[in-house]
Amino acid sequence: MPNLNDIIIMRPEFFLVAAACVLLLADAFMKPAERPYLHWLSIGVLAVTIYLVLAFQPAGPVTAFHGMFILDGVSEILKVFSLLCTILVFIYGRPYLNDRKLLVGEFYTLMIFAVIGVMLLVSAGNLIMIYLGLELLTLSSYALVALNRDSKLSSEAAIKYFVLGALSSGMLLYGMSMVYGATGTLDLVQLHAAIPQSAMPHLLVFGLIFMIIGVAFKLGAAPFHMWIPDVYQGAPTPVTAFVGSASKLAAFGMAFRLLATGMSDLSQHWQLMLAALAVLSLAIGNVVAIVQTNIKRLLAYSTISHMGYLLLGLVNAGPEGYSAAMFYAVSYALMSTAAFGVILALSRAGFECEEIDDFKGLNQRAPWMAFLMMLCMFSLAGVPPMFGFFAKLLVLQAAIHAGMMWLAIVGAVFAIIGLYYYLYVVKVMYFDKPVAGTEVRLQTDFTLRVALSLNALVLLALGLYWGPLLAWCNQAFVG
Amino acid sequence: MITLSHYIVLGAILFCISVAGLFINRKNVIVLLMAIELMLLAVNINFVAFSRFNHDVAGQVFVFFILTVAAAESAIGLAILVLLFRNRSTVNVAEIDSMKG
Repeated sequence: MPNLNDIIIMRPEFFLVAAACVLLLADAFMKPAERPYLHWLSIGVLAVTIYLVLAFQPAGPVTAFHGMFILDGVSEILKVFSLLCTILVFIYGRPYLNDRKLLVGEFYTLMIFAVIGVMLLVSAGNLIMIYLGLELLTLSSYALVALNRDSKLSSEAAIKYFVLGALSSGMLLYGMSMVYGATGTLDLVQLHAAIPQSAMPHLLVFGLIFMIIGVAFKLGAAPFHMWIPDVYQGAPTPVTAFVGSASKLAAFGMAFRLLATGMSDLSQHWQLMLAALAVLSLAIGNVVAIVQTNIKRLLAYSTISHMGYLLLGLVNAGPEGYSAAMFYAVSYALMSTAAFGVILALSRAGFECEEIDDFKGLNQRAPWMAFLMMLCMFSLAGVPPMFGFFAKLLVLQAAIHAGMMWLAIVGAVFAIIGLYYYLYVVKVMYFDKPVAGTEVRLQTDFTLRVALSLNALVLLALGLYWGPLLAWCNQAFVG
Repeated sequence: MITLSHYIVLGAILFCISVAGLFINRKNVIVLLMAIELMLLAVNINFVAFSRFNHDVAGQVFVFFILTVAAAESAIGLAILVLLFRNRSTVNVAEIDSMKG
């Protein structure tokens, strides 16, 4: 029987589920003029959830509902940052959605349900919970990608995302069924104990391969990256920002739970598979991004390469590597929210700021926005004083300590290749002449400008003062 | 006598048919949805068989969850399909190619 203690452990999740239901009801009875309240209410609900996650964090890992739910340092950090990214997406996305008549209650409730999926996924202690958390996240995301109902691109992106997402869930489940068959348990902790004495080690590795394919699909690592560019381009930009930030944190959480909590004894098998995925992602992401003319597609290929770097950390298969990978996931989530925030701030009714040409001469028209975009691009590229540099440094270090020097060299070489297309965007903004007829009228939303400025400046601040965040990440893997 | 491996082979065959259906199919998005359903059912056969032969009921509980989620998934899939047809007047897989690069 579940007791009260289990419910207390899960209070942020219970609060958010209840709040999401209340918001759904409130939306049904609200007049259109009262819509702005829904926006602030949603942000408030997420902020309270962040407080609940942080305020009631136990000293060591605890479990609830017979090991179904794990509350530890890893889940705490991933939850805080995915909730934070969602708040930022709400703030950045409001003017954009308002201009396109997409600012509807569904957007808020679907986003909140997706973030509940993230929270359950990163705390999952059982294969059933991993599957359910993942599906709650992805089913909400499919609907969000199709939010713009009259857009051809949006519905095409949604069907591609749906088919490939369902395929990857199927692969993951097939792998889970094999692992279940070989060990006879679905609980990740018991699974970890059962692996050494499994009677069917081949079945176990067979299942592991399918599970890694499923994880690679969700991360968007090559060669399972086909959906990323189309979804990034076709989805409404606020949804793209969510898929590019909170979803990536969730995918890291899933990889960590499956591979580290459940199957760390098989690490000699999965280390090389992840290394191969990392090399392919770095190569495909960085090289194909060079030829892109659409900034959302460029950021999509940049995501693929960043997932390659994240995998470099996981390849280490030790606390140092997990901590480096989580630090990388957090830094990537903050960087990509800021980059999409700038795109959102430059878009207006009837004009998507999507092509790289739209950024031409931005410095002459909106110097502050050009500066913020430059910070994002430098951070994504990994230019030294920025946040992204230290994240890259840590994952490369983790790969070297795992005895994979060649992998670290590949990572460093592709970081230099990647520098080209990030700096190209900066060059276009600062040294090219604006194209006639594309005068930028900035979004005048005050909260957007303040939040975006803070978000981009944090990338610089954390680049200079990254100790506390790294210590927090390290702490999560000590206990 | 039907053994565990018979069920696993059946599951594997169904899984392969569904993956082939996803990749070879060039005509209709609805066939893709059917292939996805088949894939989840193949997994269910595996789970039930393992559950029966391992004498552990958790696998059968998982099957209930998979069935429920599959229902939600096909509801969303069909809704997206309706949108797609309304916007493009086609459900031909080969014609859904306006984004490239």
